[in-house]
Amino acid sequence: MSIAREHEIHRRRFGRNLGVALTLAAFIALVFALTIAKVSGGGMIEAYDHTYRPALDPAVNPGAGGQP
Amino acid sequence: MTDIRATIGSTIGREESQPEAGFGDYFQLLKPRVMSLVVFTALAGLLVAPVSLHPVEAFASIVFIALGAGASGALNMWWDADIDRVMRRTARRPVPAGLVAPGEALGLGLGLSLISVLMLGLAANWLAAGLLAFTIFFYAVIYSMWLKRLTPQNIVIGGAAGAFPPMIGWVVATGHVGIEAVLMFALIFMWTPPHFWALALFMKDDYGKAGVPMLTVTHGRRVTRAQILAYTLALVPVALWVGFTSIGGPLYLGAALVLNAIFVWGAIGLWRRGEEAAELDAYRAEKRFFRFSLLYLFAHFAALLAEATPWAAILRAQFTLWGTA
Repeated sequence: MSIAREHEIHRRRFGRNLGVALTLAAFIALVFALTIAKVSGGGMIEAYDHTYRPALDPAVNPGAGGQP
Repeated sequence: MTDIRATIGSTIGREESQPEAGFGDYFQLLKPRVMSLVVFTALAGLLVAPVSLHPVEAFASIVFIALGAGASGALNMWWDADIDRVMRRTARRPVPAGLVAPGEALGLGLGLSLISVLMLGLAANWLAAGLLAFTIFFYAVIYSMWLKRLTPQNIVIGGAAGAFPPMIGWVVATGHVGIEAVLMFALIFMWTPPHFWALALFMKDDYGKAGVPMLTVTHGRRVTRAQILAYTLALVPVALWVGFTSIGGPLYLGAALVLNAIFVWGAIGLWRRGEEAAELDAYRAEKRFFRFSLLYLFAHFAALLAEATPWAAILRAQFTLWGTA
């Protein structure tokens, strides 16, 4: 028997491994999507620098504007 | 190299006598057909609730409810492997067929139970997760391990396990249990006995051989036919009551009236029928009643989903009964 011979058992194990891999990938994608949905609360996610804060605006607050 | 070949050769030789499970065999442990009904009823419970949910949260919640149902299916197959082996209907399941080891089914069931409950708690809320945990416990322990082999009322009480999904779906959306959720639960709970006893009437040898105390085995087929009619009659007010709540409406009520009339008519037919007549036509009426019972449940929840659409709201507003709701 050649070592390269493809047997039913190889096909079955490949199918099983592929199934587990796809299931895990789907689970990761679902948890990632859920995290984004939970964190954003339905809105766009913006980092700290993208949010206007009057307290940091020298035009509004003359005391602000210096280097942190 | 010779050693490797010898190892592969011996492995293949062993596998040829005892086939190795594929991914599909493990998936079969989750009872995909039951899961599809769970997905549908849970989704209905979620969508008819008067609270909108982020689509991703809703989708994830349904996936984890389905996974929980699958976990309880795997636990049931692990526990019931001995009687599944005897019954024609279940003999080809992965554990009795020798494809999956009982320990693997147990491990898969416990693992998925833990994952599904934890993830539903994180995705939705902990009341929904608690209900899912209770459902898994109820199906695996109360029904499979305790009631199924003990009493002919097994499927009456055990039917609660199958009745929880729409309630869980409702709780996912609202965070609490309302009268609507209780009535959706009651609809499936009352529907389960006529559905399964109709199956028991034409799968007559299976349960007896396996020693499962189905009503047909313990009290006879005459009593079973009478009980099917009794539970079908008791189901009618529950099904109609849903129509008068905030999730009901004229569409649902109309559909429920027709479906219940047909279901009661079928149950009366089974009750009046003798065993001789049933055997003569190979239990045609019983099989028809069983098939219709599936359509009955599907159509009730489909009608509830239809009532949740904006067009149904316009129609509902024309009636004083629902218009002010």
